[in-house]
Amino acid sequence: MPAKRLEAHVRQQPRVAIVDLEGEIDSFAEDALNAAYAKAESQNANVILLNFSKVDYINSTGIALIVGLLARARKSKRHLLACGLSDHYVEIFQITRLVDFMSVFPDETSALVEGSKMT
Amino acid sequence: MATLLQRLRQMRMGRVKSESQMIQMYGADLSRQVLPVPIDIAPNDPIVAYFLSAPGAVEIDKLHLESPALQALKTTGVKIAVPLVSQGELVGLLNLGPRLSEQDYSTDDRGLLNTLATQSAPAVRVAQLVRDQQVQARANERIQHELRVAQLIQKTLLPKDLPALPGWHVNAYYQAARQVGGDFYDFIYFDDDRLGLVIGDVTDKGVPAALLMATTRSVLRAVAQRVVAPGQVLERVNEILQPDIPPKMFVTCLYALLDPSSGLLQYANAGHDLPYHRHRTGEVTELRATGMPLGLMPGMSYEEKETVVAPGECILFHSDGIVEAHNTHREMFSFPRLMRLVGEHEDGDTLKEFILDDLAAFTGPDWEQEDDITMVTLQRTKSYGVTEVASRSTSRANEANSDNGNDWRTLAEFTLPSERGNERLAMEQVAAAVRTLNLPTKRLEQLKTAVAEATMNAMEHGNHYQPEKPVSIEVLASQKALSVHVKDHGVTRSLPAHPDIEAPDLEAKLAELQTPRGWGLFLIKNMVDEMRISNDASHHTIELIMYLEGEGHASEKT
Repeated sequence: MPAKRLEAHVRQQPRVAIVDLEGEIDSFAEDALNAAYAKAESQNANVILLNFSKVDYINSTGIALIVGLLARARKSKRHLLACGLSDHYVEIFQITRLVDFMSVFPDETSALVEGSKMT
Repeated sequence: MATLLQRLRQMRMGRVKSESQMIQMYGADLSRQVLPVPIDIAPNDPIVAYFLSAPGAVEIDKLHLESPALQALKTTGVKIAVPLVSQGELVGLLNLGPRLSEQDYSTDDRGLLNTLATQSAPAVRVAQLVRDQQVQARANERIQHELRVAQLIQKTLLPKDLPALPGWHVNAYYQAARQVGGDFYDFIYFDDDRLGLVIGDVTDKGVPAALLMATTRSVLRAVAQRVVAPGQVLERVNEILQPDIPPKMFVTCLYALLDPSSGLLQYANAGHDLPYHRHRTGEVTELRATGMPLGLMPGMSYEEKETVVAPGECILFHSDGIVEAHNTHREMFSFPRLMRLVGEHEDGDTLKEFILDDLAAFTGPDWEQEDDITMVTLQRTKSYGVTEVASRSTSRANEANSDNGNDWRTLAEFTLPSERGNERLAMEQVAAAVRTLNLPTKRLEQLKTAVAEATMNAMEHGNHYQPEKPVSIEVLASQKALSVHVKDHGVTRSLPAHPDIEAPDLEAKLAELQTPRGWGLFLIKNMVDEMRISNDASHHTIELIMYLEGEGHASEKT
């Protein structure tokens, strides 16, 4: 099956920078993910929302990349949120305890509602 | 003189070597016997030309030539030599010593001797031919006997049976030339299911070659049981054989070690013809590893290489009897032609017949086989049949799962090169294999993640992302459980059978006190009901177990 390399684009919403992720989050995704996150940071957003609705695969290397982003966010006192995860990856975020450090929302709308309160 | 004639009839004339002539000497004293003294005359001795041109009896003392034979004649006291010439060829001499009466030979004596020589020369020649023929017949008989012995040795030592490997078809062909060459092949079986394949060729023919072949085979079998790496096996065999191999004899030999479960084929080559690997694409590559033939020199080392034979692929091992066969125009069959045939014929099971048919067409009907022809084909089937592996799978799975009484069946077995991203292929192939089990979506997703992580672990930590080192995956199912074996070739690490996997310290990772990585085994453990790790000499296997009914579901743990 053809690999779907990650594409990441940043959308600026009021008070929240949304990083739309599409493809797979694995070792190949590092550059795209970090570049998108850096762009989101550069927009002075205090809340960054990772939109996983078009992500169909996250492996342990991808988890490590997300942990890295979360560490960066905590360092710069930003809130990192997630939305659009499938049930399976919500389970993985729970097992890895990522949910203890980043709020996970079922969809973008609910995430933006909560995110706007965090600013 | 009547007695002289009688003596002449009894005279044992002959050549001790084809290029020299034996000459008999008799004393001319009719009352006293003198034992014949054979004298060799080299073909290039000038006395030969002198005798051929002499009209009759020659007085030896009066001859002055630089001739070793003449010197010998004089030393032994020959006075008169009468050449025996037949069809322009000197076939012998009538040699006479001095007369006891000390008188010279008379003209009459010489005349009689000349007449005798003229009449007896053809008879002597006929006698020589008859004797040569008898010698030749005895030599032929001895050669035939040797050939029968050589054939017997060869026939006795070649494998009687072909290996029966689930998922593989092994075929062999051996056809001795009339003058049996030294080809051989062998299969060596190991307890861990691996198979050793040997193909070789001894220089020389007949009994000496057969004996050396037998010795090589025995030594190789013994060494291979103690030493694993093919390169080291050949190195050790060479050290043992080299002191005892006669000069100008040597053995070319290829030794390969197959892991049937992964398709990994490790090999080393002592100067034998390179095997061909037919890939699924139809491309044919040579299995090239360098090394000197066995027995030539001590202290040799042998390069060791490996390849993976994927499902549907085939290896041809062969001897030079094929590629060095000539047609009526004295053209050789050649390596490129053989290589092309391997590429053209997809089915390894019938490859040897395909090659033999082409060889027959090439050489023509009157061809006399010049050398032994040997072929061994190793074909990996495209897919495992359930029945074919049932017994093996049952025993392995029972052992692993303590699931006695259940029938295990193999749903899929495949290998993947260790390349980044291939864990996606692994999870999709496993998902396809378990489709008939109708796992709930959640369970299926858990299984896929566990398979992907186990495959990544094998590719990264076991095989260090070396593409030629495969990851082997086997999917088994019983009524109660599903078992996935993910095997690497990580000989350098040893993993505990039941690792104590703690949850990674996320706080430390977020504080950048630890690397953000290190989630793989933890994820696997939480995705399946059981995870077991086993090690052997060259593999690590992670076994993932999911129960299909009853308690212990991973989903319930979370």
